[in-house]
Amino acid sequence: MSAGSLNYPAVQAALTGWVLHVKDLQLASLFCGVLGVLILASVIGSLLKKTARSDAARATIDNLNARTRAWWKMCAIFALTLLIGQIGTLILFALLSLLALREYITLIPTRRGDHRTLIWTFFVITPLQYYLIGIQWYGFFAIMIPAVVFLFIPTRIAMTGDTEHFLERAAKIQFGIMICLYCLSYAPALLMLRIPGFEGHDARLLFYLVLVAQMADVLKYTWGKLFGRHKIVPHVSPNKTWEGFLGGVLTATALGSALWWITPFTPLQAAGMSLVIALLGAAGGLVMSAIKRDAQVKDFGAMIEGHGGILDRIDSLCFAAPIFFHLVRYFFVP
Amino acid sequence: MSAGIHPLAGVIAALARGISGVQARWIGCRPEAKQRIYFANHTSHLDFVVLWSALPAEVRARTRPVAAKDYWEKGVRAYLAQRVFRAVLVHRGGVAQPGGNAAGFGEARMVIDQLAEAMGETESLIFFPEGTRGTGEMIAPFRSGLYHLAHRKPEVELVPVYIENLGRILPKGEVLPVPLICLLTFGPPMHIAETEEKRSFLDRACAAVNALRRKGQS
Repeated sequence: MSAGSLNYPAVQAALTGWVLHVKDLQLASLFCGVLGVLILASVIGSLLKKTARSDAARATIDNLNARTRAWWKMCAIFALTLLIGQIGTLILFALLSLLALREYITLIPTRRGDHRTLIWTFFVITPLQYYLIGIQWYGFFAIMIPAVVFLFIPTRIAMTGDTEHFLERAAKIQFGIMICLYCLSYAPALLMLRIPGFEGHDARLLFYLVLVAQMADVLKYTWGKLFGRHKIVPHVSPNKTWEGFLGGVLTATALGSALWWITPFTPLQAAGMSLVIALLGAAGGLVMSAIKRDAQVKDFGAMIEGHGGILDRIDSLCFAAPIFFHLVRYFFVP
Repeated sequence: MSAGIHPLAGVIAALARGISGVQARWIGCRPEAKQRIYFANHTSHLDFVVLWSALPAEVRARTRPVAAKDYWEKGVRAYLAQRVFRAVLVHRGGVAQPGGNAAGFGEARMVIDQLAEAMGETESLIFFPEGTRGTGEMIAPFRSGLYHLAHRKPEVELVPVYIENLGRILPKGEVLPVPLICLLTFGPPMHIAETEEKRSFLDRACAAVNALRRKGQS
């Protein structure tokens, strides 16, 4: 490599950033921890497979093992994008938004007249929202969808002259954009925050949010399968029990508190944050289940083996991300 | 019969599956490489591409879509249709004549000959009996092409397929597709009865496609 090429400030900055990323030993050790959990889950899964007797038990174990296999892939993708840095993370979340939106829009009855509105949503609004994070324009990032897009959608639909179920169509499209795009984009937006004494470690906050939210889901599932008796809202989701909810939220909070050392929080603050993440995750799961129940489907899609669709996997993250972001921003960014 | 599988076919099939996110539900039969006529509702120019791409590779290699000559005969489309999809290009007027005036009848006969010849002993077909693209909400009454073809090839399995959402992905008259998820449902194979009347067979075939709609979907 010629020394001359390193004189470009941008190249230099990018290289240093990358080296910093790789050298983030704490983050690396966390990924090793995740690796350990995955290996453990795979071992337990294969042991359970041998003990299963009834057909029902076998089906449950097969689904569990499918979920574990999918977790391996999801963790690998997430680790890779964090390693690539901000660009990788933004591309990953933009893709997640698109895939989630497509699953959502597929389920809701849109009409011919919505076609151009949907084209705008997929090909202009979604990339723009993530671009705004990329150029760190917080002010516009925060208001584009709730204000500008909110007014644009009904206008564009009205322009087609198709007024049947007008309000319903505009509201449903806006809701999908809010959940799948706006709320989810708050996760990579954590990379925008400049917390004193925590510079260069923003990736850890994103990792923390994703880890606690997803582990809360896994723990709720595990507690529910092991001890679940009393259903919370049987009409919405037969799999959600009080035992799973309480066990999952408490253990996820314990896990989140134990990881305080990778965050800018004290142990007590970390406990509060992870409690909020776990509770919102439960709310997200419940709301998205209600939508699925209304549309008479079990899952939003079939992209992730054993889990269903993308939206089935990230519903908790969609609800937790904006609140977590604003709590951190309000209390930790001067 | 077949001119060999184009090296791009696999790539284009994967691309079509990615864009349409297609999910195939085989509820009435298994995806097997036996000779069949897949007949489906028609809502979009992408219909046959997606149906074709959703078939397992070994089945796809022996399945030829039937497509409209006027749309697929020029430029890149012609290349794709002939070399990659190995489509059988037919005159729309031909199969389409519902009542059949004298001139149309002769043409329709030629189209059926053409299709039967394209099938030979091994090839399956993808066929849209409505003849023209609908709105996606209602299935138009089937034209007689399927009836004549079924008569010509009575031993071939007729597999009804319901294509959901493609009309929303690329509605008539639009250029850009919205990347929604397309759902294909494959129903139980049917055959034509020896003495079955044309209209009653076509109604039965149309009902077989309609029966594959998911509940809760309009």
